[in-house]
Order: sequence, then structure tokens, then C-alpha cells
Amino acid sequence: MRHGVQALWAVLTNSAFAGFVTGRIYTGKLKTICVPGLNCYSCPGARGACPIGSLQAVIGSRQFSFSYYVVGFLFLIGALLGRFVCGWLCPFGLIQELLHKIPFPKKIGTFRGDRLLRKLKYAVLIVLVILLPLFLTDILGQGAPWFCKVLCPAGTLEGGLPLVLLDRSLRGIVGWLYAWKVAVLIVTLLASVVICRPFCKYLCPLGALYSVFNPISVFRCRVDRETCVGCGACAKVCPMQVDPVRTPNAPECIRCGRCRRVCPTDAISFRFLAEQKMRKPGAETVQMEGVDPADE
Amino acid sequence: MGRFLTSGGAGILAAVVALALLLFGISRGETAVVLAKATRVCMECIGIG
Ligand code: SF4
Ligand code: SF4
Repeated sequence: MRHGVQALWAVLTNSAFAGFVTGRIYTGKLKTICVPGLNCYSCPGARGACPIGSLQAVIGSRQFSFSYYVVGFLFLIGALLGRFVCGWLCPFGLIQELLHKIPFPKKIGTFRGDRLLRKLKYAVLIVLVILLPLFLTDILGQGAPWFCKVLCPAGTLEGGLPLVLLDRSLRGIVGWLYAWKVAVLIVTLLASVVICRPFCKYLCPLGALYSVFNPISVFRCRVDRETCVGCGACAKVCPMQVDPVRTPNAPECIRCGRCRRVCPTDAISFRFLAEQKMRKPGAETVQMEGVDPADE
Repeated sequence: MGRFLTSGGAGILAAVVALALLLFGISRGETAVVLAKATRVCMECIGIG
């Protein structure tokens, strides 16, 4: 069901299908509106604007050095939904998840340095999305979108590859930067087979921003501590290595709902404005072994 | 009040502030910059610029 929603959203927000034939991008007024997930506006089918691209565009413009519009949009989505967007409404998240379904002898959940590496996405947000576009400006006072320029694999996959394939004039001017971005994309896609959502975990500035709102968002995870038997099944299946019983609204939770599905006592739920139910003093817990990560 | 805030109420307050920021951004014309950027092929995004 979740993959269906993810796919439907990806198709809806990239429904300017003619662009995939002509190699031209959609130029209608809808592109004033940001989409909640990471979706390149140079994708031939894109109907909306990528919020991270838009943020850099406004910050790096001559007229403005801050974007109330895009920051307000991101805060609004974050405050209402948190990282629900990552789990349900981001095409690049879906692509990584589908790649992770490819069988591989040794899938990696967590490793030494994993926790530290997850902080990298905050540095990407601050340095590449905010500071460099703001301060590294040309003689006209314009800053480049550094995240898009040197890192974003979604831009390469959704915009770079199709446009360069379809447009002969662009093919003639690709250089080392294009090669670098294709290399970043290939590494991201290959890593996705082994690690679930590596880009989301370590690099995505949008995931970083929404993660800050997870603990306070209106749509939230609720664990009924009276019903929970402490079996640990939820933590075992979590693709983001969250233990929802200990931290039900942890910054890394993408609200995918896998934990809810495996819970033997239906102790986990996701709802708007949910209060945590605390365990009665003296209640027992049991340990359950051998739960397989459920595939969707 | 504490209960309200820890059960998602803080999110509602943050959403109200966010909505105000968003509307202010629209009122000062930021959407024109977004539209202009989003309707031209972004050379940086595709790895050329
Ligand atoms: S972390 Fe970024 S790429 Fe991953 S799902 Fe969230 S917005 Fe999309
Ligand atoms: S399994 Fe549960 S805790 Fe883990 S990311 Fe999904 S919803 Fe969040």
C-alpha cells in the first residue's frame, strides 16, 4: 500500500509526460509551488518545484538573502507531518527502497560510525544549501545552488540523464562536473542495494530539516506502553534503525509503519495529536527472537 | 498545556508560525524567483553549470 502511494505521488508530480519525449521541461505556473519531497524541477516531467532547489535559488538571488516562502513551506510540512514525507511522498526515497529489494548476500543495517555519519546531512544542509549559496557569490551578487551543483543525485537521475540523452546540444557541453555527478549517482544507487536509503540517512538536506520536526510534528507515532510486551520486533524491522518503543518520534523515523505492522499486540499507531501512553508500574516484558524484517 | 505540547500541539504552533512565514514570503514576491528558476533548465542540477 505504501509503495503504491509513493508511486502514485511520483507519477502525479511528474506528470508532464510529453517532456520525456521532447526533452523540454514543463514551464507552467504550477511550478511556483514546491513539492514536499526531493524532486528535481529540471526533471522533464516535473510539475512542481523542488524545495531544496528553490531555497538555494531564492537565497542565492540578487533580490533576497532569505526565503520566507520556502522556509515557511518546509517548516509547515515538517510541523504537520515530520518525516512522513520521506516514507510516503519522496520519489528519490522510493527509488532507493526499490533498489534495496534486490537480493544481496550481506545487507548492512548499522555499522561503526553509522550514528556519526548520519549527522553529515545536517552539515550538507547548512553548508551546501544555505552558507555557500548565500556567501559565495559572483560579481552580480548571485550565489550558485551548491547542493544541486556538486551533490544532488536526484537531479542527475531525474534531470541530468534524461535531458542530456534527449538534447543533442546539451550532450556537446557535458564535462567533468557531469562525470562527477553521475559517479555520485552510481555510488548512491549501488549503495542502496546494500544499505536501506543511504542518501536519506547520510546526505539528504531535506530529510535533515524534516527530522528536526519529528519530535513535535502533529502526525506522530504513539506506543501504548501498557500493551507493549517489549519483544523488540519493531526495532528489528526498522529500516532506519530506530527503536520506536524507546524513541517513538526519533528524528530518523520516516513513518513507514513497518514497526506497526509487525507489532504482535498492536501497541504502535500513527495518528494526529497522539499522546504517549505510559506503562503501569510493575508490568512485565518478554523478549521475542528471530523476527524477519518484513518486506513490503 | 504541557500535555498538549508533547502530544503534537507544539507542531500546531510551529505550523501557524510557518504559515505566517510562507505568506510573508509570497507577499514580498519570492515565488517569482522560484518560478523563474523552476521553469528554466537548471544547469547546476543536471551537472553542467
Ligand atoms: S531523506 Fe531526502 S531523499 Fe530521502 S525520502 Fe526524505 S526527502 Fe527524500
Ligand atoms: S519502522 Fe517504525 S520506527 Fe522505523 S522508520 Fe518505520 S515507522 Fe519509524
